[in-house]
Amino acid sequence: MTQQTILNATHRALGAKMVDFGGWDMPLSYGSQIEEHHAVRRDAGMFDVSHMTVVDLHGAKTRAFLRHLFANSVDKLKVSGKALYSCMLNESGGVIDDLIVYYLAEDFFRVVVNAATHDKDLAWIEKQAKAFDVKVTERADLAMIAVQGPNARAKAQSLLSPATREKAAKIGKFVACEGDGLFIARTGYTGEDGYEIVVPQAQAVDLWNRLLAADVKPAGLGARDTLRLEAGMNLYGQDMDETITPWEAGLAWTVALDADRDFIGRAALEKQKADGVRRIMVGLVMDDKGVLRHGQRVVTAHGDGEILSGTFSPTLGKAIAFARVPAGTAESAQADIRGKLAPVRVVKYPFVRDGKAIDGI
Amino acid sequence: MNEIPGDLKFMKSHEWARVEDNGTVTIGISDHAQGLLGDLVYVELPSVGDDVTAGNACAVVESVKAASDVYAPVSGKVVSVNSALADKPETINEDAFGEGWIFVVKPSNLAEESEELLDPDAYVELIDSEEH
Repeated sequence: MTQQTILNATHRALGAKMVDFGGWDMPLSYGSQIEEHHAVRRDAGMFDVSHMTVVDLHGAKTRAFLRHLFANSVDKLKVSGKALYSCMLNESGGVIDDLIVYYLAEDFFRVVVNAATHDKDLAWIEKQAKAFDVKVTERADLAMIAVQGPNARAKAQSLLSPATREKAAKIGKFVACEGDGLFIARTGYTGEDGYEIVVPQAQAVDLWNRLLAADVKPAGLGARDTLRLEAGMNLYGQDMDETITPWEAGLAWTVALDADRDFIGRAALEKQKADGVRRIMVGLVMDDKGVLRHGQRVVTAHGDGEILSGTFSPTLGKAIAFARVPAGTAESAQADIRGKLAPVRVVKYPFVRDGKAIDGI
Repeated sequence: MNEIPGDLKFMKSHEWARVEDNGTVTIGISDHAQGLLGDLVYVELPSVGDDVTAGNACAVVESVKAASDVYAPVSGKVVSVNSALADKPETINEDAFGEGWIFVVKPSNLAEESEELLDPDAYVELIDSEEH
């Protein structure tokens, strides 16, 4: 059965076109998704991300548990509120999910995982948690609104009490604070500054409406996808899955091969690294007209690859994509668009950061 | 939704066709179709001189979301294409039944093939039934 967030009726009242996403009935767009995209790049937009799963972990051995569970190292989290992006791997080094973990106290960490992977993530976390005596609590009582864009923080702050506003204004990137019953994290999935605000369901509609009144534009999953791809951020299930390691998904930067940490999947990752990684993820830009799409074949000097995420970039006005291609692919390739080979440039991503095209894109 | 002009005929796949006074047929996609696709960002046009066959794909419209084939409502030779769409594909979003036309065909079998097309009332009935 399709699930609904607490904001479902609010989206419908705003005229949203709804779509099934990971078993959730979510807004695709409220009008033009390109205008929603630009609103986030140029001003402030908001997304209902309540479909994502918030999981609280309690117990004296929570840090030890997460040192084992995640490929990135929670040892980097030393100050309460600090967040870390990580993959959770299986024994073969394949990605079960990507997530954000927040350190709140030695016996309390919060994890936010994807909606589409909810069941398997919880099953995996609970299974692994037993040995560490960590209590796993899904927080289905919480909703989440992402407020993103160059003016997002100022607009969100205008709605907070003076004490909470002061805290929220002070936190650095990838840090969270609490106040007014909200969990406010300076994180996001758009390449813009902003907050992801975890809010009790009972307050969520009111917060959404107050953000709307503060001239934050509602934006749907369509804009969220073009924003995150421009920002060079992976989408689980499309850019990586359980058959793909972080080395093959452009996520090497999230793997911490620190000494004395035996995380799940480490042995497989080290072996693959020693043997040589044969497929890599690259960015593609097409200067000709047309759109790169998921599933299109990519022809390179080293063999064929495949487009993972592809779209029209509203900021650049041309098509961009992530592709998995044979290692060694550099500079140029061709995309097979309906049987015609179109030249594409192989580039380092992100494509766009803080509202502007990256040099060389 | 925009008013549907009474002189249009439709395919079930949401193309429209209008027989002009000079006997050519102008072809586009319906306002309903552009709404389903969302913001259009690219149109692959046929070439002038191409022979097209009723029911066959002969152009492609791409939105941010998806690529969609455009089928020829009637057979014939392409005599004109809307090259303005190359730079402004969003014209189809803004005026699907007018400035957003895609190509013009000199028909070869119009009398018979136009029998297969839906009049505006039947088309509205079809999209209403698809929505429910």
